[in-house]
Amino acid sequence: MPVLEGKELRIVGFLCNWCSYGGADTAGVGRFTQPTDLRIVRVPCSGRIDPMFIVKALLNGADGVLVSGCHPRDCHYAEGNFYARRRLEVLKRFLPFIGIEPGRFEYTWVSASEGQRWQQVVTGFTEQIHKLGPAPKIEGADAEATLKLLEAAL
Amino acid sequence: MRIGVFVCHCGSNIEGTVDTAKVAETSKDFPGVAFATDTMYACSEPGQEGIINAIKEHDLDGVVVASCTPRMHEPTFRRTLERAGLNRYLFEMANIREHVSWIGRDREANTNKAIDLVRMAAAKLLNDQPLESKQFSINKRVMIIGGGVAGIQAALDCADGGLEVVLVEKTTTIGGKMAKLDKTFPTVDCSSCILGPRMVDIAQHPNITLYAASEVEEVGGYVGNFDVKIKKKATYVNWDACTGCGLCTEKCPSKKADDPFNEELGKTTAINIPFPQAIPKKAAINPDFCMKIQKGKCGVCAKICPSNAIDYEQKDEFVTESVGAIVAATGFDLFDWTVYGEYGGGKYPDVITSLQYERMLSASGPTGGHVKRPSDGKEPKNVVFIQCVGSRDKSVGRPYCSGFCCMYTAKQAILTKDHIPDSQSYVFYMDIRSPGKMYDEFTRRAQEEYGARYVRGRVSMVYPKGENLMVRGADTLMGGQVEVEADLVVLAVGAEAAKGASGLAEKLRISYDSYGFYMEGHPKLKPVETNTAGVYLAGSCQGPKDIPSSVAQGSAAAAKVLGLFSKDQLASDPQISQVNIKRCIGCGKCISTCPFGAIKEIDFRGMKKAEVIETVCQGCGICTSTCPQGAIQLQHFTDNQILAEVNAVCRF
Repeated sequence: MPVLEGKELRIVGFLCNWCSYGGADTAGVGRFTQPTDLRIVRVPCSGRIDPMFIVKALLNGADGVLVSGCHPRDCHYAEGNFYARRRLEVLKRFLPFIGIEPGRFEYTWVSASEGQRWQQVVTGFTEQIHKLGPAPKIEGADAEATLKLLEAAL
Repeated sequence: MRIGVFVCHCGSNIEGTVDTAKVAETSKDFPGVAFATDTMYACSEPGQEGIINAIKEHDLDGVVVASCTPRMHEPTFRRTLERAGLNRYLFEMANIREHVSWIGRDREANTNKAIDLVRMAAAKLLNDQPLESKQFSINKRVMIIGGGVAGIQAALDCADGGLEVVLVEKTTTIGGKMAKLDKTFPTVDCSSCILGPRMVDIAQHPNITLYAASEVEEVGGYVGNFDVKIKKKATYVNWDACTGCGLCTEKCPSKKADDPFNEELGKTTAINIPFPQAIPKKAAINPDFCMKIQKGKCGVCAKICPSNAIDYEQKDEFVTESVGAIVAATGFDLFDWTVYGEYGGGKYPDVITSLQYERMLSASGPTGGHVKRPSDGKEPKNVVFIQCVGSRDKSVGRPYCSGFCCMYTAKQAILTKDHIPDSQSYVFYMDIRSPGKMYDEFTRRAQEEYGARYVRGRVSMVYPKGENLMVRGADTLMGGQVEVEADLVVLAVGAEAAKGASGLAEKLRISYDSYGFYMEGHPKLKPVETNTAGVYLAGSCQGPKDIPSSVAQGSAAAAKVLGLFSKDQLASDPQISQVNIKRCIGCGKCISTCPFGAIKEIDFRGMKKAEVIETVCQGCGICTSTCPQGAIQLQHFTDNQILAEVNAVCRF
């Protein structure tokens, strides 16, 4: 199904269950209106997020990927977000080398009580992706070559 | 797999902005979906019966419910599946309420998004495996952290319920903030007369072990089997020998030590017992002021102690206690009132805090219950109370209402009149908030019977005039400025999260809000639970509370612990990591990244392999994203399951 004829772009969110998913829930309970482009994948911890998930989403047609976890030092699993931060920072710097604008991927920290902050994060990131526009397609042999490169690198 | 999709209206909550019938109709085309329908209230009894009937009628073996957040009703629907004879993990939820209908107004966009979320859930479900939990035994002991009134209540209720209780208090005595109060509102009960006996109960209860002057150092384990390392701080007195006779405190020549119990009004001796009713009634040395510890001279207390309890060489000790549940009852601290420079707190000696005033009113306080100005010891005639000092003020980062300041100010205005009959109290307030039982009547009594003058408006500044202080503020009811000459200014200081609360939260793996107060599991329906199984909350650590609310929450937390311990065995969560031994190359990366030490190295036919210790694994999945081989997979959140969701949303 086309996404509302270009009104929306495709944004994938990876959210940890304890803080940011809760924060997104809090935003909903508080009726904090947000753009509708984002689709959330719930994971137990931001440390569970393999950078490959993000790259595969971007290669498969996502226009943007947003990752959000617990604030540093407030992780339900003690230090999962520290692992996440290291991996995601490396990934962010790596994206230009495979021809993906780094602005299509952001990571942030939102706690379960920060409904309003979540609204701001989603709105800001969606605006950012709309400014970048739909992602150029990486297809066929190019995509496979990129994936191979990534498998080796990440 | 034959998947059934149930799209919930949630009344108008979802149906109002999502075309649920269209979501159900569209989802019939998704791979694996054999049946789809919309339903009024999926979580209700008829809603759940509908799901069970559909499972039987259409021979379904997996279910997607599109409704609210899984953090709310995932357990509900998992039970529904079990009732229908399916494995509870062959269930996925699409959150189309919090994440769709409540945050967007565009019905078409919302419907489209809801369809995508169902598509993702169905795609993940196709990759789901049935999982089985294991049973494990519970250690039926409970640890309460914090010996204030909430912790005391929780400890006594648990102990009376037959549990072994470990109570950890960081100061040398239990009692918390309540022990410092002179009287309580609205009954004007003597605080220590109602708290004192309960403190004694703690000391005498055979089921309670009290660690005073102790702090939680490390928390390991999981619900039913926590291991908590406690630091017993050096008190330089052997508490097994100390009888609390108080001879040492009488003879100690160092009389300039800080007196936290009296809120730094006046000084105390270097070796002291905080107050007469202290529990445990043991002396402790403040090493910063002890001449023997600082300079090696003195030693009077050691010479005089009849039971040879003094030990200047004492070091911090560590003990580990095994418990099955933990109650955090760490309370609150007062806001730093000196931030308000215009009120002159910290600058003028006659501007004091409400808790300092409380100590002054108390017969066991530094002035023996006589109200005296700190500057010259004179009895004040005009006392001005300024409310909302660190409450309802965005400019100092405390936009919330502390809840009890209106009431204790009214109480202190009444007590002022009792202590000094010819005195006059003025209260500068923003609103009077007195919603408790007999509370509003009480604030009215302060005004009508005791003649306290309530002025609605903020104070702009307090400045000295001769020996006295001038308080200048607005009177927004009269519409003008007022100036009151005060002998004493009492700041009704608001509450903030206790210092170090965030550090303890990190050890307990519980969340705290942006102000540092601990987060309850659900603001309405799980007020004493946290999102960490087996950890509960009581009292002001969760948000400012008065005594009745703290006690109620203490009892509620105890009830939760007793409920948890009513079973002999708990079911483990099977959403934990598993090693595919064929793919594992024994690199050990998962072992070094696991925050819980839940993975060990084993020898498998002469090769190094990883193995998950099932009871220790918490299911975070850090190992899974670390493993270069994809050999260790977090069950229910495997790479394939997450990528199925990603593909469902990206490729269409």
